[in-house]
Amino acid sequence: MDSLLLTYMEKLQKHTINRDEPVISIEGLYKSFEHLDVLQGIDFTLYKGENVAVLGKSGTGKSVLIKIIVGLLKPDSGSVIALGKHVDKLKRKELDELRLRIGFSFQNSALYDGMNVYQNLAFPLEMNKKNLSKKQLDTAVESVLDAVGLLNKINQMPSDLSGGQRKRIGIARTLILQPEIMLYDEPTAGLDPITSTEIIDLINNVQHRFNTSSIIITHDLTCAKNTSDRIAMLHKGKFIKVGTFDEVFDTEEVHLKEFYNYNFIQ
Amino acid sequence: MKKSKRSKIIFGKRVDVFFSDVYEACRFVLLFFKEGFIRPFHFKEIVHQTYEVGIKSLPLITLTGFIVGMVFTKQARPSLEDFGATSWLPSLMGIAIIKALGPLVTALICAGKVGSSIGAELGSMKVTEQIEAMEVSSTNPFKYLVVTRIWATTISVTILVFYCSFVGLMGSYSNVHAEDTSSILTFFQNAFSTITFLDVFSMVFKSVIYGFTIGAVGCFKGYNATQGTRGVGKAANQAVVLSMFLIFIEEVLVVQVAHWIRYF
Repeated sequence: MDSLLLTYMEKLQKHTINRDEPVISIEGLYKSFEHLDVLQGIDFTLYKGENVAVLGKSGTGKSVLIKIIVGLLKPDSGSVIALGKHVDKLKRKELDELRLRIGFSFQNSALYDGMNVYQNLAFPLEMNKKNLSKKQLDTAVESVLDAVGLLNKINQMPSDLSGGQRKRIGIARTLILQPEIMLYDEPTAGLDPITSTEIIDLINNVQHRFNTSSIIITHDLTCAKNTSDRIAMLHKGKFIKVGTFDEVFDTEEVHLKEFYNYNFIQ
Repeated sequence: MKKSKRSKIIFGKRVDVFFSDVYEACRFVLLFFKEGFIRPFHFKEIVHQTYEVGIKSLPLITLTGFIVGMVFTKQARPSLEDFGATSWLPSLMGIAIIKALGPLVTALICAGKVGSSIGAELGSMKVTEQIEAMEVSSTNPFKYLVVTRIWATTISVTILVFYCSFVGLMGSYSNVHAEDTSSILTFFQNAFSTITFLDVFSMVFKSVIYGFTIGAVGCFKGYNATQGTRGVGKAANQAVVLSMFLIFIEEVLVVQVAHWIRYF
């Protein structure tokens, strides 16, 4: 296992987008909560090796979208195919198997309060790879911590970490399961510009190093511009424009203009 | 809208909420029985939680149990003296502590200490998305967090009831010994002279039910917490109130059933 993991951790693959290989396909996705229509017909494809930023104001359903992708929420209608599997039709065991291939980085990191950094990272491995030795576990944890540059924090409790460090540990915890797809929920929210830049670098590093495909949920244009190959603008439950950063914002569309003007672009 | 009509609507909504809560609680308990007896059992976590619940409650149980036994003996003595029946004091205390006080005192202390802590811990995990984080890393959070805690409270409350009863009898003996000079052996022989198998069985049965109730209510309230940090406090508070309420109801039911069995 450790040799496999080391190979995985150390291989530097060239960042290439394979347009013939969709890893996530969404068609006609609808989701509402009581009387609030959140998603109203989402069609979207994420290709292998691609980073897509989903932009939109708060409350437009960005987080709901990725929670549906990973099976935390059920859609009202429409289909979500992730890595060839219909997410909403999977049984518990099949969904768990799929989730091992999809990493989810939470907005507030969602580190387990009662566990230190080592235990936080070892937990998903202990739960899913039962026959790992202590040495293999240690190697895996140290490798991902090294990848996010926080090896020296291995014995600290989450409460002792800064916001940026917590985000990095949260990302490390998803990387330890070697996902093919990464879903980032507001990775730079609440961080200062310097720490945001570090997280942006980390997202790019993860894509280049592990050849992951990613969806980055954000309302931070700096983050979107610097991490994504394409941008999808969500407004009132629909994607109003999808394309490269320049394609999306080179427009007179009112909502896009408004969103652009309120952000500071580095 | 007329005031009476508005009141009817509010009452209707409350009834609706009450029954949907009962439905959810039943589903939660059924899910425990579905998940609680199949692999993986997470023994390490059960042992850890049993330690958290059991060992950490020991000081409080010891103090309370001892004081209850001592004070109850002191209060009972004058009444028995009036009838010249102070020699019955150990038997009376045996009945009182083993049949009622031991299980009830332990359960109420654990409901306050453990139930609130489980409610707050799971509630905080819920509102900070830690439970969802567990789920997306392919770990069944219900099994890992809920099932293990319910097993832990059931096991530890049962053990604590025996311990509390013993400490209560020791408290009682300390008072008896201060007033009369009786040996500890005689005291315990007299205390257990009126205790039957049914009494011990009913004590164990009650302990298991109380432990299960404390764990299940704490987990249910915490696992379904909403409204951020306010919801966490609410979950902890409701866990204590509801489990105490249920413990009293269960006490009445078990005593009644034991009574029927005894005289059947």
